[in-house]
Amino acid sequence: MDNLVLAGVELPSRLILGTGKYASGEQLKQAVAASGAAVVTMAIKRVDTEGHRDDIVGPLRELGVRLMPNTSGARDAREAVFAARLSREALGTDWIKVEVHPGQKYLLPDPIATYEASRELVRDGFKVFAYCGADPELCRALEEVGVAAVMPLGSPIGSARGLETRGMLSIIIEQSHVPVVVDAGIGAPSEAAAALEMGAAALMVNTAVAAAGDPVAMARAFCLAAEAGRTAYEAGLASRAATARATSPMERFLEEAMK
Amino acid sequence: MRIVCNGKAREVADGLTLGALVDSLGQGREGVAAAVNSAIVRRADWDATALRDGDEVEVFSMVAGG
Amino acid sequence: MSFFDEISKVDVDSFRALVDSRTDRDVDRALARCGQRMELPDFAALISEPARVHYLKEMATLSMQLTRRRFGRAVNMYLPLYLSNLCTNRCAYCGFSSANKFRRTVLTLDEVRDECEAIKAMGYENILLVSGESERRAGMPYFREVMPLVKRYAAYLQVEVQPLSAEDYAELKGLGLDAVCVYQETYHPGCYRENHLSGRKADMRWRMETPDRAGQAGLDKVGLAALLGLYDPRVDLMALAAHVLYMRDHYPKVRLAISFPRLRPAAGAYEPRYPVGDAKLVQVITAWRIFDNELDLTISTREGAEFRDLIIPLGVTGVSAGSSTEPGGYAHHGENLEQWAVNDSRGVDEVCAALRLNGLDPVFHDASTTYFRAV
Repeated sequence: MDNLVLAGVELPSRLILGTGKYASGEQLKQAVAASGAAVVTMAIKRVDTEGHRDDIVGPLRELGVRLMPNTSGARDAREAVFAARLSREALGTDWIKVEVHPGQKYLLPDPIATYEASRELVRDGFKVFAYCGADPELCRALEEVGVAAVMPLGSPIGSARGLETRGMLSIIIEQSHVPVVVDAGIGAPSEAAAALEMGAAALMVNTAVAAAGDPVAMARAFCLAAEAGRTAYEAGLASRAATARATSPMERFLEEAMK
Repeated sequence: MRIVCNGKAREVADGLTLGALVDSLGQGREGVAAAVNSAIVRRADWDATALRDGDEVEVFSMVAGG
Repeated sequence: MSFFDEISKVDVDSFRALVDSRTDRDVDRALARCGQRMELPDFAALISEPARVHYLKEMATLSMQLTRRRFGRAVNMYLPLYLSNLCTNRCAYCGFSSANKFRRTVLTLDEVRDECEAIKAMGYENILLVSGESERRAGMPYFREVMPLVKRYAAYLQVEVQPLSAEDYAELKGLGLDAVCVYQETYHPGCYRENHLSGRKADMRWRMETPDRAGQAGLDKVGLAALLGLYDPRVDLMALAAHVLYMRDHYPKVRLAISFPRLRPAAGAYEPRYPVGDAKLVQVITAWRIFDNELDLTISTREGAEFRDLIIPLGVTGVSAGSSTEPGGYAHHGENLEQWAVNDSRGVDEVCAALRLNGLDPVFHDASTTYFRAV
């Protein structure tokens, strides 16, 4: 399997894990280790001055995974930009996952706020990973402002409805020149494999692992699924095998034949 | 002097540095960011940044989630 | 009612108008029905001019995908073994016509054995026995001896000989026969009459009912074709499509193969009246694949090397290579006339290499056809 490259960095896994909803920092750490994920995302929040902080940064750094902050909690572009700059300070990385989902029922990403925040952050030197709806034109616009990757959703966050947006995802994958990371809504390892079989560069999953009966085992299942999906993609699915594409002599022949 | 830290009013020593304030929160400095009056202060400058009366300080840390 | 009875009720020339009246919308509709049962109007659309001008690339891509999905990358290799060039028919277009003067021969059993040894050395397991039509010198008594002999060398045995009775086919099946190829040449009665001047082949019904009899005998496969160039291909291809539909309806267990013999000059210097060009042939191949996903589509060495390499990946599943169309041509180069000139004279290894370069897998033994067969 060839390696994933995001923002110029070669990564050994096509799985990105979110860190929310785990029972404990220890369980999170074990799940991340079991998943083989090379990148994990995390949020930035005001410190609870009275409460105890369950430090995740330290343990995750020990695992050697790359930490990618996100702007979750931001209600508009301005807040997202602010969160991104804070995160850059906090972690010392210029990677940022822009996510702006003000609607509390479905947590669907606000396309305009996402676009505006991404544009500003790219100008500010960030490597932007834009979480967005599965809208091919939006993804094209985000690519044009210089994001490092687009992260279109498979279905609403936490819904486990899988690749509902498969049709659009397929178009995005076909047209995109930046990596496409399918994010949100993946509920089962088979869906993760499916996303990679379709040609997605990577996929992100959180709830499906964290809320599983045995998160560490589920993380391992996702690890295997990601490997299966990508290997299958590289092997060339029978329905789209190389021999189903016309050779150049054939192309020329058909051009002539159609005159 | 009086400052506001994460929305809560506090009495602190005059000339308290941002670095000292962050340390006092017991969260360490790793994965932490701070802003004074909505302006983010780089970690390298925390110890050199003296807080003034009425400053609004926001201290953030990386948490699981998103 | 045989297929001859059914097609005789139709004026086959009317197929011409059906093809000519097809529009882009008809082609769209036909393509949309791919995978479901297609009817004659669909085939007409696929071989129409609008299809060639506006849809050929799409048809080519679809044809390739369908073939890969159904057959994988396998291309079955077969070889013709000419038993004789003796023929009692007089067909205007054929090198073996009884009107042509040259030394006629029927291979002895020893000579057949020599041929089989040479063929085996080439790696073949699928042999097509070909003979001119001579009941007297190459009839059932001859076949009764040849069949078991060749079966010792070939896992899959086909014949392209004179049409036989259902009982004869059943008997030969017991001796190892798997498939029968019988090219109708043309389905147009007038044209058929003009070209088949004497001999048993002049009996159009007898010939056209051969697939029926092969089906009744329970043979594994029947190969059909029209001789492209003999008559208006719009007419003959449509009639052939009707024949395919008929066979699917009446003999659903019989596998079907379609070939694409194009008239080439023969000893009698026959000029085809309706030549089929390369572009049309490509369209026709893709049309068949789309019309009926399950068909075996075969291309012989009648076609040139470069052209074969181009069209095989499109949807062809059966290919011959290193062929000789004269009796005794493998064991030693014969001095006799070929039935038709071989245009792809590459050896089998070279053709296999070309296939592999195109991402295809030449298969010499199709295990699926012999699994349940008693040896």
